[in-house]
Amino acid sequence: MSVDAATVRRIAHLARIAVSEDDVPHLQGELNAMLAFVEQLSEVNVVGVEPMTSVTPMQMKKRQDVVNDGEIADDIVANAPATEGHFFLVPKVVE
Amino acid sequence: MTDLTSLTLAEARKGLAAKTFTSLELTDAHLSAIEAARVLNAFVMETPDKARAMAREADSKIAKGDAGPLAGIPLGIKDLFATRGVRTTACSKILGNFVPTYESTVTSQLWRDGAVMLGKLNNDEFAMGSSNETSCFGPVGNPWRRDGSNTTLVPGGSSGGSASAVAALLCMGATATDTGGSIRQPAAFTATVGIKPTYGRCSRWGIVAFASSLDQAGPIARSVRDAAMLLRSMAGHDPKDTTSVDIPVPDYETAIGRSVKGMKIGIPREYRLDGMPAEIEKLWQAGADWLRSAGAELVEVSLPHTKYALPAYYIVAPAEASSNLARYDGVRYGLREPAKNIIELYENTRAEGFGAEVKRRVMIGTYVLSAGYYDAYYLRAQKVRTLIKKDFEDCFAQGVDAILTPATPSAAFGIGEKGGADPVEMYLNDIFTVTVNMAGLPGIAVPAGKDAQGLPLGLQLIGRPFDEETLFSLGEVIEQAAGRFTPARWW
Repeated sequence: MSVDAATVRRIAHLARIAVSEDDVPHLQGELNAMLAFVEQLSEVNVVGVEPMTSVTPMQMKKRQDVVNDGEIADDIVANAPATEGHFFLVPKVVE
Repeated sequence: MTDLTSLTLAEARKGLAAKTFTSLELTDAHLSAIEAARVLNAFVMETPDKARAMAREADSKIAKGDAGPLAGIPLGIKDLFATRGVRTTACSKILGNFVPTYESTVTSQLWRDGAVMLGKLNNDEFAMGSSNETSCFGPVGNPWRRDGSNTTLVPGGSSGGSASAVAALLCMGATATDTGGSIRQPAAFTATVGIKPTYGRCSRWGIVAFASSLDQAGPIARSVRDAAMLLRSMAGHDPKDTTSVDIPVPDYETAIGRSVKGMKIGIPREYRLDGMPAEIEKLWQAGADWLRSAGAELVEVSLPHTKYALPAYYIVAPAEASSNLARYDGVRYGLREPAKNIIELYENTRAEGFGAEVKRRVMIGTYVLSAGYYDAYYLRAQKVRTLIKKDFEDCFAQGVDAILTPATPSAAFGIGEKGGADPVEMYLNDIFTVTVNMAGLPGIAVPAGKDAQGLPLGLQLIGRPFDEETLFSLGEVIEQAAGRFTPARWW
């Protein structure tokens, strides 16, 4: 499989990365090089094989359903580029 | 007094305990070495004041006799580990001047045990790379150069700063992370020792995430014993990482010098590649001979799905990265590019903040997870991953204790030499290491010799899950036979 220029633009938008028209041809070439490389997986017989969901066979530990952290709003907004009080500021979303 | 930077961590610990020198002296010696080696670009942030304060505290604890196992030992920290109050960027523009308000579990355990932080180390952006050339702070120089050449070579990646700093004697050891070979490949390129422990052995909490089912932290060190000492402090269960395993951490150092007599070592025939340099073939044979002389039994084994590990990795890792990196949106931290609306804010911020390699991987990851392609790519890759893991399980079920392979298909190369036109050329660096991440196993790279141009080469040992001890015992045999290697200082 390979991607065309329109698909490159569509993926970029899905990934929320602005791409200029000048970038499309080389991105298309690089993505197609990667897709050509992974193409060899199609020759592996995977009939009846379970997909891996856990690297180590272990029961995942679950935490108690209790509040064990919090009251750190200052810390949470400390690195934000734009805030007002304990709120993150973004361009207007709802008209 | 001998140059304090030339000691191993184990030797320094003895000297500190015997009060031959203080941690402050040891730390100052390394801070001066860092200052004199800025041309290597191994450190992206030096923290001398913090280092001296931590060293003084270690000295007072040593004086009082309640010193931890790493008391007073100066270390470098890969910039992927969140360090409270110290800028942490993953070497990406998109994190900008991010200053964590928390400490990663792994580093907090190093400080608990008395270690001293010298600063933050360079790496490939978000650990995506095999040469440390994708860092927003620029490439790192390898302290090793080809005989009679002035060309600066890459130290490997993504933990290039860690490997370069340890090899150039700028720190006594360093933290690193490994998603497809990012500890073991740079260790091999710089004649240092690097171990990627079993998935789940070290907590991933507070480490900038790349591919969560593959990422593991581990040390890069000057000797096998030093690596064992560092891993003991770094490893351990952490309730904040649900994939961290709740089993006791052994005292890995006791595995050093343990007999390897009667151990069965597998030599996988699929790792013998067409066109592999004769020197690497020879080194691999030498490694097998050293282990045989120490009483181990060498057997040929087969890992039939080896060639599919790298292509499967380049689906799984970018897919996980595209999800993990969705958090960099210009809203909560890091870089923000102005825009008229929220979608443009995301798109402009990510276009400006991510480098070329990161964009490529996020986009390929987005594609393989997108509607209509998930089954053909992602699901198939996860099935292939099951087969890769089963290859190893079958091999261990035959009584094999560990597997010996070359660490890399070549020695270090020049900055700008690889991957310019085709990204896959760079990816092939990880051909021997990536299988280990796909199967979640532990792997250690140990320096084993040099090529005809005088550049270091390493061997890799792959172990059973949570059997890092066997790797340390076998690694020590190789280190004893091959010796240790230090680059001639040119910086």
